[in-house]
Amino acid sequence: MTAIAGLLALALHLALMLLAAPLLIGLIRLIKARMTGRVGPPLLQPFRDLARVLRKQPVVADGTSWLFRAAPIVLLTTTLAAAALIPSFALGMATASASDLLVIAGLLAVGRATLALAAMDTGTAFGGIGASREMTFSVFAEPAFFLVVFTMALLAGTSNLDAIATLVAAGNLGLRISMALALVASLVIALVECGRIPADNPAAHLELTMVHEAMALEYSGRYLAMVELAGALRLLLWMSLIGAIFAPFGITPSGSVAPWLWALGIAAWAAKTALMATALALFETLRAKLRVFRVPEMLGMALLLGLLAAIFLFVSQGFA
Amino acid sequence: MALVTALLLALGPVAWAVGGRLAAWGTLGLCGLGSLIILIFLLAGAPPQTLSVPFGLAGQPSALALDGVSAWFMLLLMLVGAAASAAMLDEAAWPTSPAMPVFVGAMALTLLAGDAFALVAGFELMSLASFILVLTDHRSETTQAAARLYLGMAALSAFCLIAALALLAGHGTSFAAMRAHPPEGWRAWVVLALVLIGPGAKAGLVPLHVWLPPAHSAAPAPVSALMSGAMTKVAIYVLIRLLFDLAGPAQPLWWAGPLLVMGIASAVLGSFRANMEGDIKAVLACSTVENIGLITLALGLAMAARAADISALASLAMAAALLHILGHGLFKSLMFLGSGSVLHHAGSRSLERLGGLMQRMPITGACMLLGAACLAGLPPSAGFASEWLLFQSVLASVRLGGLGLQILVCVLAATLALATALAACAAIRLIGVALLGRPRSAGAAEAMEAGPPMRWALLLTSLAVVSIGLFPGAVLGLAEPALGLLSNAGMSNRAGILLITPVAEQPGYPPVAVLALLGLAGAAIAAVLRARAATGYRTGPAWDCGFGAAFADPRGQYGGGSFAQPLRRVLGPALMDAHDSLDMPAPGDTRAAIYAVHMEDPAVAYLFRPVAASRAWLSTQADLMQFLTVRQILVVMASALVLFLAFVALVEQL
Repeated sequence: MTAIAGLLALALHLALMLLAAPLLIGLIRLIKARMTGRVGPPLLQPFRDLARVLRKQPVVADGTSWLFRAAPIVLLTTTLAAAALIPSFALGMATASASDLLVIAGLLAVGRATLALAAMDTGTAFGGIGASREMTFSVFAEPAFFLVVFTMALLAGTSNLDAIATLVAAGNLGLRISMALALVASLVIALVECGRIPADNPAAHLELTMVHEAMALEYSGRYLAMVELAGALRLLLWMSLIGAIFAPFGITPSGSVAPWLWALGIAAWAAKTALMATALALFETLRAKLRVFRVPEMLGMALLLGLLAAIFLFVSQGFA
Repeated sequence: MALVTALLLALGPVAWAVGGRLAAWGTLGLCGLGSLIILIFLLAGAPPQTLSVPFGLAGQPSALALDGVSAWFMLLLMLVGAAASAAMLDEAAWPTSPAMPVFVGAMALTLLAGDAFALVAGFELMSLASFILVLTDHRSETTQAAARLYLGMAALSAFCLIAALALLAGHGTSFAAMRAHPPEGWRAWVVLALVLIGPGAKAGLVPLHVWLPPAHSAAPAPVSALMSGAMTKVAIYVLIRLLFDLAGPAQPLWWAGPLLVMGIASAVLGSFRANMEGDIKAVLACSTVENIGLITLALGLAMAARAADISALASLAMAAALLHILGHGLFKSLMFLGSGSVLHHAGSRSLERLGGLMQRMPITGACMLLGAACLAGLPPSAGFASEWLLFQSVLASVRLGGLGLQILVCVLAATLALATALAACAAIRLIGVALLGRPRSAGAAEAMEAGPPMRWALLLTSLAVVSIGLFPGAVLGLAEPALGLLSNAGMSNRAGILLITPVAEQPGYPPVAVLALLGLAGAAIAAVLRARAATGYRTGPAWDCGFGAAFADPRGQYGGGSFAQPLRRVLGPALMDAHDSLDMPAPGDTRAAIYAVHMEDPAVAYLFRPVAASRAWLSTQADLMQFLTVRQILVVMASALVLFLAFVALVEQL
């Protein structure tokens, strides 16, 4: 029974993630437009964009290898696999036992590395600049994220996301300074990993400041659709991840098949995601993009916060 | 196994006499046979074997022994030896050297050694044979310089190793006698220091890692593969044998300190330098320094856990070390063989002269891509499995001691993540610049795929790497005897065929399930694409924001230097004292402006150059002796004699 419940929850979860990802992008764009006094595109515009580029035949840059054409598939595959590991509305999905935080980080790293390689493959200056900057950011983001994992693994005794979320949802950990510090660190990391302001500007299309867009510059047609969908999915995935670790309120407990509990879980997840989207839109409207070399400094701050989170934990708990 | 070793050693002179490809074919055959024997030995769980051979110190036989630990390393050695000798068969690319089988045989002898004499003999023969192999291209100035540096480091290693063994061998030179009388007091300190300097330098631990990049660049690719894949691991084996086995069943906690510090320093400095080097083989050599650092770090954790008597953690960290030793040995050999193929068929090792090889050398390219994924520690590759175990043992090691140690572990964790992220960046840079993009030179534009022997060597090594990545638990099953010997506990309850976990009965890392998940997701995406998307594609010039014409020259692409520029700017000043200088001519002056980047490895700046300077100073001072008068020389000689006699008298008194 639990196995079937897990599979059902996983299927519903993946369908919701894939549907909600473009919606999330549309929502953020709409809120940002309204805040800057514009009418903005309709909420469903990202779906139409995806359908439009999917129908077009792609143009591939001369001299690129098979890797350039395979990269969008690998990127979307790994992002989708990572999404399958992160609980959104229900715990105890069929993939729960594999949902190790390091594996999730690794899968996202595969996608990042593949896109960087594809950008290098175009043999253009823009591709190179995007790849170089993306990899540089990752050098500083990974230690910070690992410290967050470290803190949560110390609290929960395992680096398995499902187990951590179960413990936090049960309220066994209480409110802790460490978790607050780790939350701030994760927010900074998520902003950088998803290519949002202040690390990168998702709306930039012809500037030397762009990072993620520079890597995706040569893609068109179905390849562009996959890269765009993977980007949207990554943003939703990070929001779900932060929600699952730090605010698993209303999430359906493991093994439950009661429809009203699922409905509650989905509603809670939607509310959390919408809240985070609003906060992100507000933040992006108010803040300017940082200079490229200030981003490592910002990530260094996240790293220090992560370190402080772990040290607070040692001091308060006295692990021995 | 002893027979295979003896045959390998004998093959050298024979091949020298016969000539031709006998050395490569013979090494390939013997290594293949050796791998089979070792696999059977490990699979059957045979008890440790010993053998007495009539060669040794005057009038004494010498002992050979094969237990779980040496068998694990022997498996790696035989696999790497087979791959390297198969690649050596590509006659056009490299001269087949008779030193090659001797090198492999000497490493095998080191692993089989059952007493101090055999260990030293094997270790020294290994150094000598590899020195000859580094000198293959002996007409080049840089090769000579690299070989000189390498020989100097080998002499230092030998001196420290012999001294360490002498300190351990107070009650006999056999390993059993040493084990029975572990060092105590100051002896323990000195043994630890000597082992870290001697075999540590051979393995490439910071600060004695400087010889690796030049020596690996100078040697032919199969030799680099053997040196990086096998020889550094043999040095690690000697380190493990001396520190974990011969120094007794338990060491104090502080023994772990130097291992942890040198390990993490090697990991960070190696991976950062790998981003800065412009020669593909130097990049790989620096990455070896990083990986040796990761292995040493895991060994340090295992040592600390042994001291704290937590055998579950000790075996977890030891499993991480052993798995990384095997995995890194194989995927680094893969990368070196691939780089040799690139060098031979595209005509350059320099990143700034390569590019666009993925289409022209599809097999080499794909195999190197796999190797790079392992270097970058991406799931579900072999690199990820062992690094995942290492991270888990770091996570678990906060329970080892007090607050100070916990904060140290915390910093260690962040630095470790930094090192692995830097390694990922270096791997992307290597593949992205050397194999992708547009060719930067005529040689790269006309590159051809490697010949059949090299292709087979690459493909079979890839197969081994993939199977380690997908079945790390099953591979660790082979290491069970070694884990039992070194950490008093196995991983059998935590490492299954489908799953490895840090704590029994808990969720862990299931590589096959992750691969299946990726496969399902990929299949679903492919199905949707087939149903809904437009088919086929057209080609056209790259868009490049309309700047395509401005960057039409292939050198307008991002190269090795530009890719690493942000990292150099952020981390360079702290790690390698990096700074830029601009020499701008005055207006009206027609000479060229010069923009230069200066960087220096801290080990060179703070250790090697001061040592070299003091040696020069000493020799200048000694030169003064030549200008003394006869009377002064007699005074010096007489006082030297008196001092010596006084010293002897003093020692007699004690």
